[in-house]
Amino acid sequence: MTHPHQELLRCRNLGRRYAGVPALAGIELSVRAGEVLAIVGENGAGKSTLLKILSGVIPPSEGSIAIADGDGVLRAVQLHSVRDATRAGIALVHQELNLAENLDIAGSIFLGREPARFGFLDLHTMRTNASKWLARVGLNLDPTTPCGTLAIAQRQLVEVAKALSCEARILILDEPTSSLSAREADRLLEIMGDLRSQGKAVIFVSHHLDEVLRIADRVMVLRDGRCTGILQRGTYDRDAIERLMVGRSIETNQPRPARQDAAVRLRVTELVGAHHRKQPISFAVRAGEIVGLAGLVGAGRTEILEAIAAITPHQGRVELDGAPLSGNTAARVRQGVAIVPEDRARNGIFASSHVSMNMSLAWIDRNSRARTVNTAAERGIVAQMMDRMQLRPAEPSRLVHKLSGGNQQKSVIGRWMAVGPALLLLDEPTRGVDVSARAEIHAEIRRLADSGSSVLFASSELEEVLMLADRVIVMHDGSIAGELAAHEATEVAIMHLATGGKPAAAHSTAHEHGTEHRTSS
Amino acid sequence: MKKSLGILGIFLAVCIVASVFGQNFLTGYNLMNLTQRTSLFAIISLGAGLVIITGGIDLSIGSVVCLAGITTPWLLVEHGWSPWAVIPVVLVGSALIGLFHGVLITRLRLQPFLVTLCGLLLYRGVARWMTSDQSQGFQGEFSGVRSIALAKFPIPGLDTYQLPATVIPLIVLSVAIAVFLHRTVWGRWLLATGRNESAARYSGVPTAWLITMAYVACSLLAGVGGMLFIFDIGSAQPSDFGNFYELYAIAAAVLGGCSLRGGEASVFGIVVGAATLQVLRTAIILLGLSSQLEFAVIGAVLLIGVTTDELIRRYSVRRSERKIA
Repeated sequence: MTHPHQELLRCRNLGRRYAGVPALAGIELSVRAGEVLAIVGENGAGKSTLLKILSGVIPPSEGSIAIADGDGVLRAVQLHSVRDATRAGIALVHQELNLAENLDIAGSIFLGREPARFGFLDLHTMRTNASKWLARVGLNLDPTTPCGTLAIAQRQLVEVAKALSCEARILILDEPTSSLSAREADRLLEIMGDLRSQGKAVIFVSHHLDEVLRIADRVMVLRDGRCTGILQRGTYDRDAIERLMVGRSIETNQPRPARQDAAVRLRVTELVGAHHRKQPISFAVRAGEIVGLAGLVGAGRTEILEAIAAITPHQGRVELDGAPLSGNTAARVRQGVAIVPEDRARNGIFASSHVSMNMSLAWIDRNSRARTVNTAAERGIVAQMMDRMQLRPAEPSRLVHKLSGGNQQKSVIGRWMAVGPALLLLDEPTRGVDVSARAEIHAEIRRLADSGSSVLFASSELEEVLMLADRVIVMHDGSIAGELAAHEATEVAIMHLATGGKPAAAHSTAHEHGTEHRTSS
Repeated sequence: MKKSLGILGIFLAVCIVASVFGQNFLTGYNLMNLTQRTSLFAIISLGAGLVIITGGIDLSIGSVVCLAGITTPWLLVEHGWSPWAVIPVVLVGSALIGLFHGVLITRLRLQPFLVTLCGLLLYRGVARWMTSDQSQGFQGEFSGVRSIALAKFPIPGLDTYQLPATVIPLIVLSVAIAVFLHRTVWGRWLLATGRNESAARYSGVPTAWLITMAYVACSLLAGVGGMLFIFDIGSAQPSDFGNFYELYAIAAAVLGGCSLRGGEASVFGIVVGAATLQVLRTAIILLGLSSQLEFAVIGAVLLIGVTTDELIRRYSVRRSERKIA
């Protein structure tokens, strides 16, 4: 049996490369029985990569993993598969729950290792044992209940029970509370605490620093694939974690004239998107203003942009220049909306078509006589847009899939620049784009705003938000956590709001709550 | 035009083989017949092409040909309607069938294959039930309206060949569709929808509307074809009239350069593709091959054509990549 505080897992110089690019490097980690370790970091910091390595989903490119055997002696192991990890005592509770919907609880807990007698399922043993494990996670449910009928929080706990039933000593939870309500999250944190007192080691990833502060004995902070610090409970606060998460120095925002007096062009009132979270959102964007939507993955930024463009249905009012936007995407585009999607290959480009066709697609609608395309004028506007976007090589007949990512993105943005939309929505405007192309794209976005259009963009890269936005709206869990003007926006301030921190004193009347980080949201 | 060169080559090869080995291929009468059949099949193939551009498929073309074709003499002879009423009613009915397909596919998000497969069964069943499975014909009357399909124009200098009147609707429709596809905003958008429906939607293209209209056009052209076919042959059995015509139409469109993935089409290619299939059918008879081999020969030629086309395409892609590198 494991002794309290015995070392269960030790990683040495763990690293992982994708196509030669390091996603994770030099990770030194030791985990003991009876402790809860939180892993935090920005999007892309390497958290998921680390969890995948520890749970056997992907092998490390370098470094070693040692796990305590039955006698408590650390032995080096090779985790080639999830099965290897399970056998070594590590169980992963996925972020996307993968319980088979058509099985009952007992069936899913013992999926793949069903107790059998003479080749027949031993249903009695299976159900008795399932009840035992369910009790351990505080679930009082009949093991014959079909998983499809369970609430998300209950499924999560069934997954935990399943992990325990594998005799796991190390439980790994990937964003366990991301789809839970506050009360359900509280319950899960309590159960994590119970597991700790039963001598298990619990490793979890979270975007909610409140939870981390509440339950974690130690916090490991990752940034750009490296560990920037491991903090012991009692020696850190929210600020310390945020500083380690953000850390790097960045370029400053280019000063743009203030827009407080300009007319409001986009007004969003009580918007509720198609997403399951139902907090209504309200905000406005003025003429000439560039507003950035910041927040962690899943905070609801894409939903807002897609709802405004009617890619997905919404409730609530969206007005452009005082007139309500209505109808489908095609109708809204005609009313002056333009959207640059996040997934360029799927929703942005026409890969096997010419650059020219890609760039003139929106323009031809507004510049045709009797719905007939004037091909000479079309060649003209395509040449003009390729020049303005600095698209290289400037060959209108080149197929778009032969262009680099940055030039592909320029062809999508150029499609809209050709019509000069009243409102430009961009989702991750420079994802996968190199630095110089990014600067050129940013310059064109600023130029469009200077001409009086409104720009609303979402970005996971704080650096981009800080460089481009005149004003930042920070989202957390589907609602607006706070707003920051360009001069107040810093990576630390944004991360504070994005991870569920209260707005700072200047923005909140609840000053006394604002400094008490340990209150749960 | 460049992508139609392949099918043009196949067409010429089949023609040469047929004229060298089949003595009666180059007779005026045979060529006149071929022109007539090509026109009729090309009209329904253009419809199939419009649907294939969107990445969809229409398996109900043959049954729409049957229903529209059978209804025409049924209303004229059995019910004594005026041709001035019958033609618009049949055409509007055909278009409504397409609208029904389009709405099911774009609004309910059903798969085109399934929707039109059900259509294939549905419309033929309706045609057979409506007519009690009895052969329908004009009984020697209505020669005025039948002349739309039967009229021939003598060509000065040629004794035995006369140009069938059905080339007029074919030319009008081909030019209209070619202009629509390459010169109008809607045509550009239809091609864009076929290339990447999701990106088209994000770009403000009314994709659902365009796809619906493609199915409307396809069924309407099948209705036009059905009417011309029945005017041409005079009478038909509801149980077999138009059988497999959807496959001739789809084969012609694919031979003519339409990709079943969508977004690619050439009107000229589709017409040549339809002509190739008709020359093949004739050649089988003229060369003295068993007519039971017809489908096997068409299938083999189609397979060879598509394979060659794909190999040439890959070769030219590789060569152009080498040129860039």
